Amino acid sequence: MSLTLEKKEEKKEGLKQVIGRRIAATGNYAAALAVRDADIDVAAIYPITPQVQIAEKIAEFVADGELDAEVIHVEGEHSALSAVVAAAATGARAFTATSSQGLEYMHEILYIASSLRQPVVMALATRALSAPINIWNDYADAFGMRETGWIMLFSENVQEVYDNLVQAFRIAEHPDVLLPVVVTLDGYILSHTVEPLEPLGREEVLSFAPKRPRGYRPVLDPDYPITVGTLGTPHWYYEAKYQQVVALRESKRVIEEAGREFGKKYGREYGLIEKYMMDDAELAFVSLGATASLVKAAVDRLRKEGVKAGMIKIRVLRPFPADEIAEALENVEAWATLNRAISYGAAIEEPLFTEIAAALAVRGIVKPMASFVHGMGGRDIFVREIVEMYKKLDEIRRSGRRVKRTYFWGVKGHDPEEDQAM
Amino acid sequence: MALSKPVRTIWDIPREERFAPGHTMCQGCGAAIIMRHLTKVIGKDAIIVQATGCVEVTTTAFPRTSWLNPWLHLAFENAGAGASGVEAALKALKRKGVIDPNRKIKVVAIAGDGGTFDIGLQSLSGMLERGHNVMYVVYDNEAYMNTGIQRSGATPLGAWTTTTPVGKKMRGELRPKKDLIGIALAHRIPYIATASPAYPTDMVEKLRKAYETEGPSLVHIISPCTPGWRIRNEDTIKVARLAVLTGMWVLLEIVNGKPRVTVKVPKRKPVREYLKLQGRFRHLTDEEIARIQKMVDEYVEEINRWVGEQAIGPVEE
Repeated sequence: MSLTLEKKEEKKEGLKQVIGRRIAATGNYAAALAVRDADIDVAAIYPITPQVQIAEKIAEFVADGELDAEVIHVEGEHSALSAVVAAAATGARAFTATSSQGLEYMHEILYIASSLRQPVVMALATRALSAPINIWNDYADAFGMRETGWIMLFSENVQEVYDNLVQAFRIAEHPDVLLPVVVTLDGYILSHTVEPLEPLGREEVLSFAPKRPRGYRPVLDPDYPITVGTLGTPHWYYEAKYQQVVALRESKRVIEEAGREFGKKYGREYGLIEKYMMDDAELAFVSLGATASLVKAAVDRLRKEGVKAGMIKIRVLRPFPADEIAEALENVEAWATLNRAISYGAAIEEPLFTEIAAALAVRGIVKPMASFVHGMGGRDIFVREIVEMYKKLDEIRRSGRRVKRTYFWGVKGHDPEEDQAM
Repeated sequence: MALSKPVRTIWDIPREERFAPGHTMCQGCGAAIIMRHLTKVIGKDAIIVQATGCVEVTTTAFPRTSWLNPWLHLAFENAGAGASGVEAALKALKRKGVIDPNRKIKVVAIAGDGGTFDIGLQSLSGMLERGHNVMYVVYDNEAYMNTGIQRSGATPLGAWTTTTPVGKKMRGELRPKKDLIGIALAHRIPYIATASPAYPTDMVEKLRKAYETEGPSLVHIISPCTPGWRIRNEDTIKVARLAVLTGMWVLLEIVNGKPRVTVKVPKRKPVREYLKLQGRFRHLTDEEIARIQKMVDEYVEEINRWVGEQAIGPVEE
């Protein structure tokens, strides 16, 4: 799954010379490497496509003595997450990975992980949800966990899978945060695609994301026994929930700090969002994951035609970067979202749109806007289709008409404009 | 310190109380007696993982707690998985020198019959099969008592519950109790036992042995429930004892697959004596009681064959 391309000694000014080599790796392999380099103590593994190679690789690293961790071969994802939450409470750096139905199966424990403030890290190779059963990529699984109180980092390419996971351990275990973090990688599109990767190696990862940082203590300690996971009566439940609201809100600072320092040390800076050709953009699309790469390609094509197109990539879906997005969209003439997820029966059926529209509305920013769904269940999205979406947005801007429904692009035998009439 | 000496008499049970008062369990609750003795056995260096259930909700209403041990509750069906995670973490952290490798810290999972026989069976099976060094204690009150007496896989034949009501067409639970010990046996774990709070020395000694066992152990304890079984608060121990004396509940110990009856009953009492004390069996006709008697006779015979002696004798009126 990996081969060394070249021995590389980069001489970038001011950068730490940690990049020993550039390798070619799939997203799954990059995830397993990050976990190995983070020296996790416990992994719970259970096979599901398309994340299964992460589980296999971790098992291999342990079998080869490259990683000293306890691997729990759980009997299902519900137990996988239960086990790593319990392991984290015992003081271990704990990890699991899943996809799609596996995430749904552990859904109950997603809330418990964040409510008990356990800093577990999970990789999610995003995949469509049944039925019909489908093993290919979309973001239905990831968007289904937005309400569960996790920090959610989306990756655009294989390098970001590795970098996000490294940062995830630092963010999750930060004494001011203590929340679980999920890092997504688009199923197949990233999980199984070989791309160049510069891993940092264990020494660097452990210096960037040190284990058991100051102020961190195991929750389950016989010398300091406490009761965790208590009954919260109406007298106290609400207070616990509000603390969780504040913790997730304030994790933003730690996420930004980690992204900045990562940039300083390794030359790849990470923010809550990434802006692409936004300085003078008139038409902007917001997207996330590997889909953002396609939108960037469409922007390049449109720029050649003289269209002032730009794009915003959301890296951090939770906590939602409302201020940053509002600021980025303040000066565009029209904006739209492109997403691979559906919120059935919602006011707007593309779920990213509702959040951005709300973030803008409360700040008094109202302008032509639209939302697009495409690429469900691994349906390819072509750059020319995104160019067409930009043109649709341009037409909406010019005509000044209000678009009240999501455009379902690329459905066979369906004109997306018909959705507006429904 | 965990109890390390064998328990032969009541005087061998530690006097120190490690289950704090102030919880909201019912008067006469069997589970409260079990928890009190369990915590005496396991001492300070044990981490408890508890399933949702009566004991969990009645002992941990924030900001109060009855537990002097580190204690974790995740959900209903995952005590086995949570305990596996704690045990794996202890193993890794000891190996890596974060925790003193010579310190013995035992993981204890506690669940009721619903969290074990039904919704938690998968997670229990995974934990047993993977060989985690966890002691699993089931307090079996034979129905979902916490939600208000609904039938579980542990509800015995004929018992009234709110979901096996006594009506014109159906009269209580239609099926006998699930064989949890058989399920545990199939996992070939080193230590399995049944116990009863009516026999405290036997129960405490079994909990001690389960604690000492390297690898998975399971102790299945009958836990009379005063509101659920419709018994008087002061009859908990009497009913628990009659379960043993009638052969409805046999006190077993299975070490590495070798079974033994620890409390022999040379002369059995008829099951009627056990049933008549409990409101949940009040509707039973003579015919239905005879059916239960026959079922118990067969069960006793099976046990005697299995242990290779007449451990439980014939019924004597």
